[in-house]
Amino acid sequence: MKADAKNVLTGAHYLDGNHACAEGGIAAGCRFFAGYPITPSTEIAERISQRFPLVGGLFIQMEDELASMAAILGASWGGVKSMSCTSGPGFSLMMENFGLGIMTETPCVLVNVQRGGPSTGLPTLPGQADMMQARWGSHGDYEVIALAPDSPQESFELTIHAFNLSEKYRMPVLIMTDECVGHMTEKVVIPPPEEIELIARRYTEKKPDEALPFELTDDLISPMLPVGKGYKFHVTGLTHDERGYPVINAEAQEKNVVRLMDKVNKHADDIIWLEESDVEDAEVVIIAYGISSRVVKPAIARAQKEGIKVGEVKMVTVWPFPEKRVKELASKVKALIMVEMNYGQVFLEMDRIVGGKCATYLAGHAGGTVHKPDDVYRIIKEAVK
Amino acid sequence: MTVETRQPPKEEHPMEKLLRMDRIPHIWCSTCGLGTTVTALATALAQLELDLDKVAVVSGIGCTGRVAGYMKLDSFHTTHGRAIPFALGLHIARPDMKVIVLSGDGDLISIGGNHFIHTARRNVDITVICVNNFIYAMTGGQVAPTTPITARAATAPHGNFEHPFNLPILAASSGATYVARWTALHVRRLTEAIKDAITKPGFSFVEVIAPCSTLYARLNRLGSGLDLMKFYHDNSIIRHGADMNEVDIDFQSKIVVGKFVDIEKPTYLDCINDGYKRVFGNRYQPYGGANGDH
Amino acid sequence: MATTEIRITGFGGQGVILCGHIIGKAAAIYNDQHATLTQSFGPEARGSACSAQVVVSTERVLYPYVTSPHILLAMSNDGYNTHKRHMAEGSILVCEKDLVKPDKRGKEGEVFAVPATRIAEELGRKIVLNIVMLGFFAAVTDLMPMEALRQSVESSVPTGTEELNLKAFDRGYEYGVALKEKTEIQV
Repeated sequence: MKADAKNVLTGAHYLDGNHACAEGGIAAGCRFFAGYPITPSTEIAERISQRFPLVGGLFIQMEDELASMAAILGASWGGVKSMSCTSGPGFSLMMENFGLGIMTETPCVLVNVQRGGPSTGLPTLPGQADMMQARWGSHGDYEVIALAPDSPQESFELTIHAFNLSEKYRMPVLIMTDECVGHMTEKVVIPPPEEIELIARRYTEKKPDEALPFELTDDLISPMLPVGKGYKFHVTGLTHDERGYPVINAEAQEKNVVRLMDKVNKHADDIIWLEESDVEDAEVVIIAYGISSRVVKPAIARAQKEGIKVGEVKMVTVWPFPEKRVKELASKVKALIMVEMNYGQVFLEMDRIVGGKCATYLAGHAGGTVHKPDDVYRIIKEAVK
Repeated sequence: MTVETRQPPKEEHPMEKLLRMDRIPHIWCSTCGLGTTVTALATALAQLELDLDKVAVVSGIGCTGRVAGYMKLDSFHTTHGRAIPFALGLHIARPDMKVIVLSGDGDLISIGGNHFIHTARRNVDITVICVNNFIYAMTGGQVAPTTPITARAATAPHGNFEHPFNLPILAASSGATYVARWTALHVRRLTEAIKDAITKPGFSFVEVIAPCSTLYARLNRLGSGLDLMKFYHDNSIIRHGADMNEVDIDFQSKIVVGKFVDIEKPTYLDCINDGYKRVFGNRYQPYGGANGDH
Repeated sequence: MATTEIRITGFGGQGVILCGHIIGKAAAIYNDQHATLTQSFGPEARGSACSAQVVVSTERVLYPYVTSPHILLAMSNDGYNTHKRHMAEGSILVCEKDLVKPDKRGKEGEVFAVPATRIAEELGRKIVLNIVMLGFFAAVTDLMPMEALRQSVESSVPTGTEELNLKAFDRGYEYGVALKEKTEIQV
């Protein structure tokens, strides 16, 4: 399926990450957006509100983030690709219905333009300290898919990719960008619509009296049932069976939760997207995501110039975590360095998986600005000592 | 010679079309007002002769929240308080469908209060039926924003001393185009009100005063569910178009019921479409939702 | 790799961010360079000190922030005072003549000043002060061809104001060319 030709702004633009993200949503076919203003994510909503009347979409500024997240789930079940964006405290408020989206397996995209926290923190400055909240922020056991763009161009591309993943795996997908990328303006090339590949929602081919909204399929991804077509199906946030009926016991819980987790874990190889450079004979490898994966590059170049064998793994997807690859690297390299704008969130996951097989370093700080290449360089030097 | 076999006619419960019979019996207590409310809703839908494929019901959490699970419609049991914004999204995606929210007073008015007033303000074309039993029943009888002053609840063991909400005036002042209140005793009138509400374009609201014998009646020594129904019988005053300042409910006071608001006002989607048409003219791509073409 | 760091400073409402946007866009879209624009602003919408940073390079910009600008484009004295200390040695100061008073404590090498407010007022709209600055900037720096900036102005200003803005740009540019010629003759 290709993008809708008349609504894609093909060409070269000078856009910030937030505007690019909005264009990515439009190109992906998003036609419902419910949001609540919060810095530094608001430009996404502003651009959408400006563009939607001309592309057949509907933007609504809801009363709060709780409502925004609930509304995009309702619209998605209604058959419209839907998204929202938020930052900081707004992300906390959305966690409740993000969980409903996970439980009811509802495709949608949620963008978190991360700022410094906790609480109101640094509304106008970047952070990457919501990464564990992205992973575990709603209550209960589940898996998530989270992407991290490093530029406006990637903000555009990854928003489309997020919609595709959300339809393919029938679940909400997170874009964990940050204030720096969101407010950074660069050239964004929007390709012609025929070059934008979209994954269409998979609906059941079965008749109403045979179809189940949470049918157990081989790939663990149940086709959706459409509303308004006589399927008269039931969807609940309670633990449920294939019919969508609540079943309140340990056995049903085990089945339901394990399937939700396996849906992501068993497709991890398909979902995980890493970009590696100079890793093959590296002694030390930097692992980073989003803006951090970009600002480490000058540090790597400087170290390489001095003959240090240092490579980089950029995680385009942060969740699910690239467990397999990190294990492989840990058995080959002297040290792995996690660079992130927090005090060790994804680092902890990396360290857990490394399990002592190599040294691990965290280049972390509390946010407010991106890493200075010099600081990363010093950690590289320490790691090769 | 022909052999004629005659099967006895298959007996069908009159509500079978509208209920998930494979989920009956339901979890509600006997004498709970939810049974009659669901009956009133089912009867209203049948009498309106709506295409039931095009009706969805959305609930929040609580005893009433379970209604969605028993209705044989596209049905969504959402999170606590969020039935209305979920329904808003569904309605916007499928404006051709009737979206009905059925939930309790705690769900809609306490945790969901903000959504309630804002969705009424926008005049979104959905129907909200609030079953008001004055208490949080599913969690064991805690105090609600509707609990009358002095009434006891699990978290107001000495009596509630906060002012409760007057739901009709809350709905009306927030912008609802249709507001009515009936008790679970007034089944026929309640059915008519639900029909009116579903038919009414815009945000329509029906409050159903319903007995909770297991908790509210027991904690307040009001007798059985039947006693409460008898109380409604003796103490309801039908006053259509009543001044809503005078429809507060005190503990065991008279209950003013009736149709309080029935006005015409452009709906949310009408306003949006008209507004953008004025601004953009032919360039406006009217929002058509998913058009059911999936 | 040739990289130029530029900081534009002024007070909110002067069009500081638009200035940065136009420079970045000129480089990235009309001159085949890489250009990353970042901005810093206080919570106030108007009146507060405000600055935009553009990094222009022949290669992809990896570190997005400006640390020691090679060019400081100043439209307010406050802005100049805040940022003068962080300029690169021998950098260029491009400033509004009546609003900014260079005080020798900055690290700037060359100083180019233009009475952009007066020129904008002559054109009837004080609001185009920032575009006059850009025209002047195009003349006194050799970051990119004037045409790239001019095209960027045309495609960035609100529809219907192109003519006025291009006039403002041209006036600033002419002033800059004249000034440069004079400077060169003096040298």
